[in-house]
Amino acid sequence: MFDFLEGYDVLGAFWTTVKLTALSAVGSLILGTVLAAMRVSPVPLMRGFGTAYVNIVRNIPLTVIIVFSSLGLADIFGMTMGAPDDFKLQGFRLAVLSLVVYHAAFVCEALRSGINTVPVGQAEAARAIGLSFSQSLRLIVLPQAFRSVIVPLANVLIALTKNTTVAAAIGVAEAATLMKTMIENEAQTLAIAAVFALGFVVLTLPTGLILGWLGKRLAVKR
Amino acid sequence: MKLRKVTAASAAVLALALTATACGGDDSKDSGSSSSGGGKIKVGIKFDQPGLGLKQPDGSYAGFDVDVATYVAKQLGYKPDQIEFVETKSADRENALARGDVKFIAATYSITDERKQKVDFAGPYLLAHQDLLVKTGSDISKGTDLNGKKLCSVTGSTSAQNVHDTIAPKAQLKEYSGYSECIAALQSGAVDAVTTDDSILAGFAAQDKYKGQFKLAGLKLSNENYGIGVKKGDTATVNKINTALEKMVSDGSWQKAVAANFGPANYKNEPAPKIGVIVK
Repeated sequence: MFDFLEGYDVLGAFWTTVKLTALSAVGSLILGTVLAAMRVSPVPLMRGFGTAYVNIVRNIPLTVIIVFSSLGLADIFGMTMGAPDDFKLQGFRLAVLSLVVYHAAFVCEALRSGINTVPVGQAEAARAIGLSFSQSLRLIVLPQAFRSVIVPLANVLIALTKNTTVAAAIGVAEAATLMKTMIENEAQTLAIAAVFALGFVVLTLPTGLILGWLGKRLAVKR
Repeated sequence: MKLRKVTAASAAVLALALTATACGGDDSKDSGSSSSGGGKIKVGIKFDQPGLGLKQPDGSYAGFDVDVATYVAKQLGYKPDQIEFVETKSADRENALARGDVKFIAATYSITDERKQKVDFAGPYLLAHQDLLVKTGSDISKGTDLNGKKLCSVTGSTSAQNVHDTIAPKAQLKEYSGYSECIAALQSGAVDAVTTDDSILAGFAAQDKYKGQFKLAGLKLSNENYGIGVKKGDTATVNKINTALEKMVSDGSWQKAVAANFGPANYKNEPAPKIGVIVK
């Protein structure tokens, strides 16, 4: 029944999906944290930049961002991402860049909601004992904020995992790309789609369960 | 009060959607049961391939597949205004036929053994070859010239796989989700060539905005036998379409359609294929 799977590297394609997800998750967590810090900072210019970034980027479709990164940045402006002669690597890096840029906006907003759960008194107390803004954010506010937004961040991660399929638009050899190839050759749309749907459930279901459990355990009880 | 308005509105939308689908169902039944005259016939084509099947800004359709489909439908007893063109993307073709959404599909549908297990084919009506589109003045003239060059094709397409597997494993392959992106990359010089069936490439090169910029390299890298897809087991329709295709070739309409759609791109078409003869 599943003889159509023969001759295709399904696991390899999903491994690319996992790599895309992992790298983009780390990248967007870092960029998102920086953005969140900007959005709560006392400097109006930084606040303005953070707000503008989030509102612009999260309202552009991911497909547009990814296709622009390849057609615009790479093809027209000649940005090679350190791989001028290797389209495969170039496409992969462009996809990671686009996924980071896009999901950082969502990480930022999740994190900002976490910062809002930390009582104002905590920040005031931090100031009172002489900590600077960055110190109180780093030592007092963010650690509490992160623990309260594990579950929302898990949602962002799950969305990110599924959004990696958009990288197929620029030919990154991940799961959705292989799915297109297989449908082209095998003429068995439903069975093939079911296999790939199952693959994504296998990837995302444990993520949700584990991070959900962690979120409950680590939440700051108030 | 506000809530009630929303409910009423959504109920209206729902009712509209239901009646719309009901109409669709009736149409397909008409085209399925009556083989000549009366009702409408639904024909699957592509909407995004200039020269073959293109939906134009004014809502009309143009291209070689469209011409063939119109001719065949005429032989089946439908006037041009009784034809309803439906977009059938590559991934959806088998299901559209199996569900009966369309009577037949003329959409750069290469006859392959895997597909023959799911649908029946009439034709072939055109023999295309995988080829390269290059800038005018490019020095690429044979398959081995491609090693080390940059190539563009559509994600997952047979052409892209051929480049990897046989033609030029050392070529850099860029994949996009559509040929328009590839053509843009070729124009900006980001890639050296675009590869897919010569008929599709000729269609792009023949567009007014690209006239004179690109040429076909004329390599015959593969054989693509375009057939007309029909629901599995519908032998009567297959036979009728085959008769129609033979007539189209013998009365000269076939040659006229080829010249009109692929003309300006240095495209040397193959002679009309014989029905049932598949060039491997």
